[in-house]
Amino acid sequence: MAKAAARKTAPVTSPSVERRPALAGRSTTGIGVKVEVLPPAERISLRAPEASLAALSKALGVTLPKKPKTSASKGGRTALWLGPDEWLVIDEAGKDPLADCAGVSALHSAVGISHRNIAIAVTGTGAAATINAGCPQDLSPDGFPVGAASRTILGKTEIVLLRTAPDAFRVECWRSFSDYVFTFLSEGSRDAAV
Amino acid sequence: MLLIRCPYCEEERPELEFRNAGEAHIARSANMAGESDDDFEKFFFIRSNPKGIIYERWRHMHGCARFFNAVRDTVTDKFVMTYKAGEPKPSKLPKNSNEVVAK
Repeated sequence: MAKAAARKTAPVTSPSVERRPALAGRSTTGIGVKVEVLPPAERISLRAPEASLAALSKALGVTLPKKPKTSASKGGRTALWLGPDEWLVIDEAGKDPLADCAGVSALHSAVGISHRNIAIAVTGTGAAATINAGCPQDLSPDGFPVGAASRTILGKTEIVLLRTAPDAFRVECWRSFSDYVFTFLSEGSRDAAV
Repeated sequence: MLLIRCPYCEEERPELEFRNAGEAHIARSANMAGESDDDFEKFFFIRSNPKGIIYERWRHMHGCARFFNAVRDTVTDKFVMTYKAGEPKPSKLPKNSNEVVAK
């Protein structure tokens, strides 16, 4: 709580917040697909009962989706449905969603996981094929439309997958798995070109 | 690969996202300390292990992370139906599973 309040006053980009992103700037380009590590973002893991959703949605400025495998996005902030009472909120605009939740009195649990996750963008015509190299989900446009989000697996690791455009995905994985995931996707992008 | 319907995600997902969590509908005694050794053994170790229809707990580990119950045939490995945790054991299985039940 105190930490959240302190971060509210100091901008996230202040030099006091020392951040060492894993794999920063790494990217690989294959035929028809590009895999690149995205810049750091603010993230929270949010768990809340149905009754708290209205208050939390208002505080976060984005309506928390209630339908499985969906996401909602507004002003650089995306809320991904992970489970019946669990969401992943990603903020790419530099504002801290943890601080926004701190003022909500409705029952909820918000945990800052900004540094736990690494985001990797997979873009291009072969993006779905690249991810399907290790992910068993149906990534056809009907099965996984733009905006669809799901926790799933890639090879041996757990990832959170979000389709941001018809041929663009955001892969969120744990920091310690990021080297494996990036390498796996790079290999997958070579296969996707075949 | 098997497709298993998660009652929380409301769709079929690949089996790699799931973990089996043992037999379902095993009631834990409210007075565990008062249980006799024999009763505790039955609760703790003895499972039905049927040939045919089994009621199991499954977890959508790499998805919504929820536990749910599934009815599965141990002979064909076919999932007859799945339902949310806490819901009563279905008294009647869906019609299209009659063939499986008959075995």
